[in-house]
Amino acid sequence: MEEKYVKDLEQIRDMMNRSTRFISLSGWSGVSTGVIALVGAFVGYQVVFADADYLVYGAVGLSGGLLRDLLLIALGTLVLSVICALFFTRRQTRKQQQPAWDAQTKRLLVNLLIPLVAGGLFALMLLLKGFVGMLPSVTLLFYGLALVNASKYSLSEIRSLGLIEMVLGLLAFQFIGYGLLLWAFGFGLVQVVYGVLIQKKYAL
Amino acid sequence: MKEVLKDLDKAFENRIRLGIMSALVVNEGVDFNTLKELLDVTDGNLASHLKSLEKSGYISYKKEFLGRKPNTVYVATAAGMEAFKRHIKAIEQLLIRH
Repeated sequence: MEEKYVKDLEQIRDMMNRSTRFISLSGWSGVSTGVIALVGAFVGYQVVFADADYLVYGAVGLSGGLLRDLLLIALGTLVLSVICALFFTRRQTRKQQQPAWDAQTKRLLVNLLIPLVAGGLFALMLLLKGFVGMLPSVTLLFYGLALVNASKYSLSEIRSLGLIEMVLGLLAFQFIGYGLLLWAFGFGLVQVVYGVLIQKKYAL
Repeated sequence: MKEVLKDLDKAFENRIRLGIMSALVVNEGVDFNTLKELLDVTDGNLASHLKSLEKSGYISYKKEFLGRKPNTVYVATAAGMEAFKRHIKAIEQLLIRH
């Protein structure tokens, strides 16, 4: 009798979770996108500061050609990350025999994309107006907001990951000279660490 | 002990009905096919449990159209939410006493 009700409670929790949350996140998505971000940050750094005069550090002007290169690197990093995340998530849903595209996935994506698209457009506007220094801060902040917002519909770890990214975003503005470094730390290292943690905790 | 048992709802004795209700109380509405996937049951089985919950007045449904396909969305009623809460409380009480 007692056992039946313990099982019942388990069933209730399981159904509540599965009907609202997308739980087939793969840790490898975090690891792969983190590594890509690190490479992207490194290449971006090389390009922007390649011939910079270090005496006027912080006042790096962006010529048209440089702007184009930077946009291409950012776009490349983004596209590669999305492809990797999709690939590993798909693999995970197959492993757990869950549908990849259902109400939970949709809800997660929509809630992730609302702050993310707003932040992306804002970052693009900043870039075109020449406020390059604010980019690491703005992208980290909006990414963090997106994660916190989406965490209600996915693994609970995503929430603390979002909070960390937001703190890093604020730091990246306060210590604007270390912006790119903090960006690489947030999008790269922190993501890799979270990916490993999630993989360890939920791997089948 | 007697009062606790009284609060346990017969409608939720069955695990599929309990599952249906759990999904409905945390969602605005869940459609038939999603419930079927979540619970891993056959159409007929799910339909009969839905019907019984509907008879108790715990759930209601609305028909929608997704393009041309009809889609039935199930919703927990206020009475259903209330009953479900009472049922969980009763289970908790039961487990605490033991």
